[in-house]
Parts: sequence; C-alpha cells; structure tokens
Amino acid sequence: MPAISMTVNGEKVCGDVEGRTLLVDFIRGNLGKTGTHVGCDTSQCGACVVHVDGKAIKSCTALAVACDGATVNTVEGLATNGKLHPMQEAFREHHGLQCGFCTPGMIMAGIDIVKRKGKKLKEETIREELEGNICRCTGYHNIVKAIQAGAAKM
Amino acid sequence: MSDTGIGARMLRKEDHRFITGKGRYTDDINLPGQAVGYFLRSPHAHAEIKKIDIKKAEKAPGVLCVLTGEDAAADNIGGVICGWMIHSKDGSPMKAGPHPVLAQGKVRHVGDQVAVVVAHTMAQAKAAAEMINVTYKVLDANVDPVASQKRGTPQVHDVASKNTVFEWELGDKAATEAAFASAAHITSLDLVNNRLAPNAMEPRAAIGSYDEGEDHYTLYTTSQNPHVARLVISAFVGLAPEHKLRVIAPDVGGGFGSKIFIYAEEVVCLWASKRAGGVPVKWVADRSEAFLTDANGRDHVTKAELATDSNGRITGLRAKTIANMGAYLSTFASSVPTYLYATLLSGQYNIPAIYAEVDAVYTNTSPVDAYRGAGRPEATYVVERLMETAARELGMDPADFRAKNFVNSFPHQTPVIMCYDAGDYGASQKKAMEMIDYAGFEKRKAASARKGKLRGIGFSNYIEACGIAPSAAVGSLGAGVGLWESAEVRVNPVGTVEILTGSHSHGQGHETTFAQLVSDRLGIPADQVAIVHGDTDKVQFGMGTYGSRSGAVGMTAISKALDKIEAKAKKVAAHVMEASESDVEFKDGSFSVKGTDKKMAFGEVALSAYVAHKFPTSEIEPGLKEGAFHDPTNFTFPAGCHICELEVDADTGVTEIVDWVAVDDFGNVINPMIVEGQVHGGIAQGIGQALTEAVVYDEGGQLLTGSYMDYCMPRADNLPSFKLGFTKTECPSNPLGIKGCGEAGAIAAPAAVMNALTSALGVKDVPMPATPQNVWNAMAHLREAAE
Repeated sequence: MPAISMTVNGEKVCGDVEGRTLLVDFIRGNLGKTGTHVGCDTSQCGACVVHVDGKAIKSCTALAVACDGATVNTVEGLATNGKLHPMQEAFREHHGLQCGFCTPGMIMAGIDIVKRKGKKLKEETIREELEGNICRCTGYHNIVKAIQAGAAKM
Repeated sequence: MSDTGIGARMLRKEDHRFITGKGRYTDDINLPGQAVGYFLRSPHAHAEIKKIDIKKAEKAPGVLCVLTGEDAAADNIGGVICGWMIHSKDGSPMKAGPHPVLAQGKVRHVGDQVAVVVAHTMAQAKAAAEMINVTYKVLDANVDPVASQKRGTPQVHDVASKNTVFEWELGDKAATEAAFASAAHITSLDLVNNRLAPNAMEPRAAIGSYDEGEDHYTLYTTSQNPHVARLVISAFVGLAPEHKLRVIAPDVGGGFGSKIFIYAEEVVCLWASKRAGGVPVKWVADRSEAFLTDANGRDHVTKAELATDSNGRITGLRAKTIANMGAYLSTFASSVPTYLYATLLSGQYNIPAIYAEVDAVYTNTSPVDAYRGAGRPEATYVVERLMETAARELGMDPADFRAKNFVNSFPHQTPVIMCYDAGDYGASQKKAMEMIDYAGFEKRKAASARKGKLRGIGFSNYIEACGIAPSAAVGSLGAGVGLWESAEVRVNPVGTVEILTGSHSHGQGHETTFAQLVSDRLGIPADQVAIVHGDTDKVQFGMGTYGSRSGAVGMTAISKALDKIEAKAKKVAAHVMEASESDVEFKDGSFSVKGTDKKMAFGEVALSAYVAHKFPTSEIEPGLKEGAFHDPTNFTFPAGCHICELEVDADTGVTEIVDWVAVDDFGNVINPMIVEGQVHGGIAQGIGQALTEAVVYDEGGQLLTGSYMDYCMPRADNLPSFKLGFTKTECPSNPLGIKGCGEAGAIAAPAAVMNALTSALGVKDVPMPATPQNVWNAMAHLREAAE
C-alpha cells in the first residue's frame, strides 16, 4: 500500500492507503476527522467538500494518493484559537443549518465562493454557485442568507 | 419575554458542534474490533430464489460470516411488521404479506436484501458478495399500481389476492351520492400524486453489537424513534427482550419520516454481530442503496370530484384513490393513505358530505410509507386542486370561492372524523393576499406576457392534523401503539436541569426549543438546561418524533413534569423559609413568601431538596426529579394559506417560481427562527414534488431514478426566497397552545405550484413533476392556437 503524507488543518499527517482509497475515506477513516460527510455516491451532494491547496473539491471524487503532499483544510480546521470562522458564525447566526449533515460541505463551499467571487455576493450568484451542494432541510433560504452575511465579514 | 424564553429567536444550542464538524452521526461512531456488513441485493423486481450458494463467499479473505434468509428462519429471527391494522369495507383485516429481514423464497423488489456478508473491510465484503451464487427464477413484475388489481397481474404476495392489501372507505356514501345527484355543478379531476424519495442527506446506517458476557445487544441507528425500534425488534422480530437491547439514535441527519420505520438492516446488524461472535457490525447505506431501500412517499392515483350548488357552496366531495404500498407493508404504511389522508378531505371548508374509497395495492417496488406530511399532502393536493379548478369552472375568483366555503365557527365536526378546534382561515388568506399583492397580479401578468412569459398564481389553503395523537382515538382506528409522549425533568443539586425526552431531534432544534420552555418556566438561563434524547438506556420509553408532534405532545409532557417540579419545590421552599405552602409564590426563578422579603432562588431550593436537612423526609422525599406522560386530547390543526406566483417560458417549458408567500397559523410559537426554517424546508420539498422530483421504475421494475444524477433534488437555484407571515389562534388542546409546524410547507406547496402553473397555461392539469418536458407537452394547445 502506498504511503502518503499531507498537511491537514495545519498538521502533518501520513498513512498507508490503498490506491483506490478516496480522500474522504482517508480523512474520515485514517485521520478520524468525521466532520466531512458522505451523502451520495455520484459526486452530487457536496457534503464532502474540503479545500485542497486552497481550492474546494469534493473529497469523495479525489483519490487520497492524488493528494499526496497537498495542503488540505476541513471544517474542523476553520476555527482558530476557539474563534469561529466568519462563515461558521454566519451559519449559526442565520439558522443556515438544521440537521447539520450538509453543513460542513456548505460552509467549505461558501468560503470557496467568496474566494472566487468576492465578498459582495448577490443572492442569484450564491444560488447558482451552490449547484453542487444539496440540502434537504432548509430550502436553502437561510443558507443563502448565511453565505451572504459570512462573505461580508470575511 | 426573556432572550431565552418562549417566543425568543434564540440561536440554536446544537449548532456549535455541527458547524465545527463535531456532530456525531451513526457513521461517525466506530466500535473496537468493528466489522462491516454488506448486503447482497436482488437485481430483479420479482423472482423466486431457487438456490443460494455461499460456500465460496464464506471462505473468502476477511469474511466472518455470510447469512441468508434460511439462517434467519433457523435462528427464529422474525420479520419486520406493519403496526397499524386497517380493515376493508367488508370487515376483513388487511392482507399483510411476510417481510423477512433477508428474503425467503422470493424477492419482491429490486434491492430486496438476499444475503449479508460480514467481513473486516468493505472491500473484502464486496468481493465475497460477488462470490455468492443466487439462482433466480425471474417472474414478471407488477409495477403499475393501477393495473395491480387486474386479473393476470403478477401476484406480489400469496396472501393478498389481486395484490389488494385493503379496500377501505370513510364517510357517508349515500349522503355523498345524494349531494352529487342534486349538484348544480360537478368538478372532476384525475390526479397522480407522484412517488418521492425522502432523501435525508444522511443515508441510513446501523451498528449492531452483541455482548456475549451480558447476553445484551446495542444498536446505533439513524432513527426518529429509538424506543419504537427497540419495541418492534424485541416484541415482533423477537431478537431479544427489551431489557437486553439498547437502541441509540445519536445525531441524525434528517428524517422526514423515512427514519421512523424499522428496517431489516438494523435487525440484521444486531443478529449478525451475535453470529460473528460478538464483533460489532456496521452498515452504512450508500445513496444508491438508499434509493432502492428507503421507504418512499406519496404514490397515489386519485379520481376526485367536488359538488357545488347554484350559489357556489360546496355540497359534497368524493375521492377514489389507489395507493401504492410497494412490495412490503412498512411500519406505518397502512395508516398513511387512510386515517392520515381521507380524514383531511374536508380541508378548510364546510363540506356536508364526503366519501372516500382507498384501495391499497402491492407492487414490485420499494415500500411506501410516511414522508413529510404523510397523507395530508395527498389530501391537500386533492382538495386544493379541486377548489381552484371548481372556482375557474364556476367563474369565481378562487379566493372568493374559498372564503365563501370556509369553516368559520369552532369546534367544527367534519364528516370525516376530525373535529377542528380553532382556526381563522379567512385571516390567513387575507394576509397572504396582501403580502403577495394579489390585486396587482393582472398587471404583473401583462408585464410577463410582454417578455414572452406566461404568469400564473395559485393558492393552497391547507389544513393538517398534527400532534399525533390521542392514544384511544388512534387505537380505535387501528394503531398498534399509543401516541402519547414521556418526559422526565431532573434538577441537579446546583439547579441545572436535565430534560429526558422521548422526542427525537434530527434537525428540528429540540435542544434549543425545549430548553427555552424550561428557561421560561423555571427562570434559569437556557444554557443551564441539557436535553437528553435518543438513547433507550438513558430515557424512559417514548414515542419519538414525526407528525409535527414534538412541540404539541413532547413539550406538553415536559411542561407537565415541570408543573410537578414547581409543586414539589414550593413544598421544599415553604419548609426552608418557614412559611405556609400556600403563601409561597414562584416567579422569575425565585420562590418568595407573600408579604415578606423572604426569597430563595430556584437553585437554592434545588440544593435544599437534595441536602434534605430542613424538611420532614417522611412527608417530602428528598431530591427534585419528576416525570410525566402526556396523552393529547385531540389532534392539533395547523392551517394556512400559501400563494405561489410563477412564470413559464413558453419557448422552453421552464417554470420559474418568482414569488412565494406563506401565512401559517401554528398557534403559539416557541422560537420563530426555527419555525420559519421548518416552513422554508417544507416548502422546498413541496416545490420539489411539484417541479423536479419523481421516483420512476421501468416496466420491468428497474429503478430509473437511482441516484442524484437521475432523481432531481431541488437545488438552490430552483427555488426562490420565501416570504413568511403568521396568524395565530391558540391551540386549545394543549397548555402551550402549540399546533406544530414541521410538515406545513410540504403539505401546502404542491397544490400552490400546480394551481399557479395550470392558471398560467390555461389547462386543467399538468402531471407532477412539472418538468420542462411535461410543461411543454401541456402547452400544445397554445402552440396550435398560435399556428
């Protein structure tokens, strides 16, 4: 089994994985970071979104070996010194989550949208950009509000 | 109102763990030595199992055991059951076919579980499953519910002749026929309520663990009602008595009904753990498996008619429905198209005569059971589509036609069991019309037309029966359980409080709203209250969360227990302050003695209760802990008016919802922020049903919508932002005045969309989901007219 190493949430980690091991399984299984979720098997739902080398990707669709040497950030790495990231805070403030299952992916996707589209986000832009993230609880209404507010504070 | 009391928009206590990735869902739990379970499932919709050869698989690397239906029978592992008895018109009991945890003799839908492989890793389990050789004799499949009862259609279960589970009726047939015979006008609609996949974002999962030393089982599972799961697995499956089985439902990532039911996989994980020598067995559905095996929702085919007199008053309603149950009767399947459906066919209206017939049929498809709203969306769809269509046929404004027929005095006994206790339907409709600027619609329609768009507006004035439900009432209707709820309030010596509740939160925010109730009642901050739920070892028996019942029933149980806490604390306080109990008052978290400056904080009284130095323990027991069971005296009746405004692109058939107003009467509201979130999510699911979602099987029973590539979940850009308003009539049947809000949106929305769409297109019906293709087909008459 190939040995890989990467930086996850600022920490050097390594492990032996099978060639077919997905990044999400490495994060959840090998590293025990279970904040990143798996909600589908066709790369549609976005519950597994993490940042790899600064870009949002669906970790169910990347092989762990392909991320050897990469810098990976997950939802667990967002808060610094106990202070929530503005996007996390915005999801709480605006009731942008109910069951919480899609939330890590939504927050990671939301941060990525701000990186690509800036801090002043129109509702239409956010809705369009969320095409790869499915929520069944909120009807997206408050997720859109949360991302808009979180963006402004980033 | 305090920042954390009833009515406050308090931010959710549970959010911190979810936004930091520290939620604890079933798949996040890993037990020492855990193995995985992988289910070999039927590739056929309908087949006899001639032989299963597992020899090679058993010897495959990493395999601990391979189990089939024969093993389950040998170990006396019973099947899963349907817990609601329905009788047919002729008095005969429903025909429930067996539902073994692993198929025995026959498979009845694609995805039916045939065998389980337990191995150290998933890769090993899957590889071994490939080595299982199943010899099938493939049978013709019965997929279309309408054809299901016809002669020559393949039989799903021997016990159910003509695939008929029951032929049920409700209402006064003769009176209804008389109303139709003398009607000035009859409106008829043929409606299909499309089959939906609930699609909670967290797929179902289970970990079964057997402790040989204690002869005791533990199940971690994605359940909305862990106690009911334990009861069924004990009393009906017969795996272990209740005191030998602990069921834990940790964080659950959405349910929408689909996690009420007791599924075969939960039983198999427990049983397989014992067979594998006590190794914990974990199974997590992938989404494809969820599409094949989660109980679906809706799937009704209905002919509905409304009779009116010459003054535009409704005189009768009748409906004949075929309800598809799928291949097996799921846990509460039989109640959904019967007592949760036809009892709401009076809608918000005075209808003197109603008659409904429902034939429930088996097909070779996955089971159908409760999905958000459960029967009430189907009823609302029938009533509200009829109302809008009748208004158009009578040349009346749909709002005026509704208003003319509203129930205006309460209590109101409908002809279909329900007794509405409070409401003001006119107030909701008026407010909704103002919010959407109903008067300005024609102007907006003209503006749309100038852009080449067809604009439509549609109402849905729903009513639902929630707070399910008075035990004796549901018992008389066939329920195998009582539908009360339990609560225990444990006050700690330092005055902090633990609430143990039989309700289960899987997104509803109980950790917040229940704490708000306690904060309000005891005058302590909400962060000094912990809500404990979802573990049968910690919490006494409770009935769980569904049917918008956690507020009206679950919180009332807590409220009753709090009454007892207050009464006992007063006794303690009276002794400590050396006053007569009748002189002790409790307000804002303090006990005081009337006419004196003597005062004790709630925490001080709690400490005194535990220290027990200053009162006679022969009269008052030490400690401060009380429990209550609450059985509701009636259903609750949330109601409201949703109005949808949409535009259709005549060139492409694409529908865009441009405005949505929802005005709901939920009675008293504990946390408006959470209630609004529930409404948003419900509307989105209802719009999904109307515009994008459908479970589709081909003629051979293969599922065509088996992934998110094929089953169109609503995305953010399919939906608008929603405008919400509220009116209030307090619910008289519980002390908190709560009606419930969890299902309203999903119940109201489909009819609002389809009424708006048919108004835009000038047609009587468009099949749901109104995909661009369906809309395009429905516009043929417009294209012909243009040519």
